[in-house]
Amino acid sequence: MQSTAEQIEQDLLRPLFHSSWKYWVAVALAASLLLAGVAAFGYQLYQGIGVWGLNSPVFWAFDITNFVFWIGISHAGTLISAILRLTNATWRRPVTRCAEAITVFSVLIGAIIPLCHLGRPWLAFWMIPYPSERHIWPNFRSPLAWDFFAISTYLTGSTTFLFLPTIPDFAAVRDAATGFRKKVYRILALGWQGTPRQWMRLETAMHIMAVVIVPVAVSVHTIVSWDFAMTLVPMWHSSIFGPYFVAGAIFSGIAALILAMALLRKFLHLEEYLRPIHFENLGKLLLTMSLLWFYFTFAERLTAWYGNSPPEMAVFWESIRKQFAPLFWTMVVCNFIIPVPLLAIKRLRTITGTAIASATVVVGMWLERFLIVVPALEHKFLPYSWGTYRPTWVEDTLMASSFGMMALLYLLFSKFVPMISIWEMKVGLQTHRGVPVVAPADGHVALEGPQ
Amino acid sequence: MAHKWGLVVDLDRCTGCEACVVACHAENNIPTAGEDQAARGRAKHWIRVERYWEGDFPNPKIRFQPVLCQQCDEAPCEPVCPTYASYHTPEGLNSQVYNRCIGTRFCANACPYNVRFFNYYNPQWDMPLHLQLNPDVSVRTVGIMEKCTFCVQRIKAAEIQAEAEKRDLKDGEFTTACAQSCASKALVFGDLNDPNSEVARLSDSNRGTKLLGELGTKPNVTYLERGTWEDAKHG
Repeated sequence: MQSTAEQIEQDLLRPLFHSSWKYWVAVALAASLLLAGVAAFGYQLYQGIGVWGLNSPVFWAFDITNFVFWIGISHAGTLISAILRLTNATWRRPVTRCAEAITVFSVLIGAIIPLCHLGRPWLAFWMIPYPSERHIWPNFRSPLAWDFFAISTYLTGSTTFLFLPTIPDFAAVRDAATGFRKKVYRILALGWQGTPRQWMRLETAMHIMAVVIVPVAVSVHTIVSWDFAMTLVPMWHSSIFGPYFVAGAIFSGIAALILAMALLRKFLHLEEYLRPIHFENLGKLLLTMSLLWFYFTFAERLTAWYGNSPPEMAVFWESIRKQFAPLFWTMVVCNFIIPVPLLAIKRLRTITGTAIASATVVVGMWLERFLIVVPALEHKFLPYSWGTYRPTWVEDTLMASSFGMMALLYLLFSKFVPMISIWEMKVGLQTHRGVPVVAPADGHVALEGPQ
Repeated sequence: MAHKWGLVVDLDRCTGCEACVVACHAENNIPTAGEDQAARGRAKHWIRVERYWEGDFPNPKIRFQPVLCQQCDEAPCEPVCPTYASYHTPEGLNSQVYNRCIGTRFCANACPYNVRFFNYYNPQWDMPLHLQLNPDVSVRTVGIMEKCTFCVQRIKAAEIQAEAEKRDLKDGEFTTACAQSCASKALVFGDLNDPNSEVARLSDSNRGTKLLGELGTKPNVTYLERGTWEDAKHG
């Protein structure tokens, strides 16, 4: 167990000042993936979306699957961080920053994908309501217009939510750095001195953001689900979609967080900070969400099956028994059969166990989104116009590059910002078992926890 | 009184000859997708003749069903467009304003009839088809949606002509390209608000049904059911 505030500061600032060659190899790999995606997008822009595998009637496929997937992943930060902050769960301290960073970066990716999927991406700004010579506003009846506002709100909110608790740490980096670096962090720290008044204001702002971001997160994924549910398409037009999507998003978000934490722990040598207890607790949350996911999937499928309406059953059997059956049952295995025993049996709920469960959940939740988007579009009402879909290398590259972009942003973030909140760890030291062990280095009492 | 344009498809008369499809391509500057693209599911026909088979060999029955944009009064494609590119005109047409379209393709997904088409590439015509483009119809570029317009260019031309001559439009004065080319007169186009028009009379037929009418989209295209010899005998 870490002992002193100096030790914490030293451990958590180390990755900012010293990186091994392995780090730069990882950055290069992630950046080349991203560049491959940029090249593929350029090719698509030059040729037209015909270079994708889309056709009539499958007008959305990998693009929207990845969009929903990344927006889903973003719910890690909001759930873990905001709810754990609000409930004052003290074990959250080393976890919040990694979670909030995942949120910001995955919302960013989720916001870029729909822009790239447009037939004419250069006109995307027509979604913005602004007075123009066209004398026309966006159509506020369209779920896509709702999406635009929901996601831009969420991106702004989650960036603020990430930035606020980072201010004291920027100040810590400022104090430790020299030269140009010091100047940059001086700006980022916004003149943080650590006065009681500043602490009070920061705590208040963080509290307000934590309260605000939870309903925003819930509404964002509900609105994403309404892109589907507001149409008449069989198996899309369902009132369960809002909560189903929110639950799925939180599910995949926790999985992504556990995976990221396991990687950070290994590569940044944070064994002292990200301890088995964190994986244990997050594992329990993931278990809850896995059960909830199964419940929602079961309820959705049972309602469709019992209703037995022919257009819905065409999609239903296509996904369960026919063309998509291998993917559907892989999804069930990945989201339920594998994670539940790994997370329910205490002996298996180790760091490795939760990481394996999380990896399968991420795969399973991607499949879930794909199985929502594609089979329904392939089998709409008139059998004559049914179709099939197969992605092309362009879509594969774009998808791989979204993961590359996530990895790159996360790697760079870990180079510029301490991945574990230094000041919150110090507060944790101070309030450990209610007994102050060591005063924080800045000498100020934090306004949180038993004192 | 305002016009309300409608079309009747008499399934009993349709022979499945696809003259309507060809006429539509010629009238509306629709490029042919080509073998390769068609195989990838990108054939583009604003009107298509769907074929369904009933019964097994050796006595299968073939059914033809021309499907075009149903010009719904409650069109699912319209509210989902974020830029008002799919728009309901005062005369009840589901118009597609090409200049406003940014290519979300949401309308195509929302349409239960799959009669909206996306331009995956810039259009190309095989020689000599490039010499027969209709000057009254815009050519659509890559990245936007397009669909049946009920030959809005013909509607507008006739309306303007009638207005210039200070008279009302007469039924049958003009028609859409598909109806014009239909040898068996299975397609009849006209003004549903004119009680004496042929299309209004046929729409009221007790053989009339709406395609996927149960969805509540209120189409302005009416299908007249196909009868059998037995039906005819028993009235």
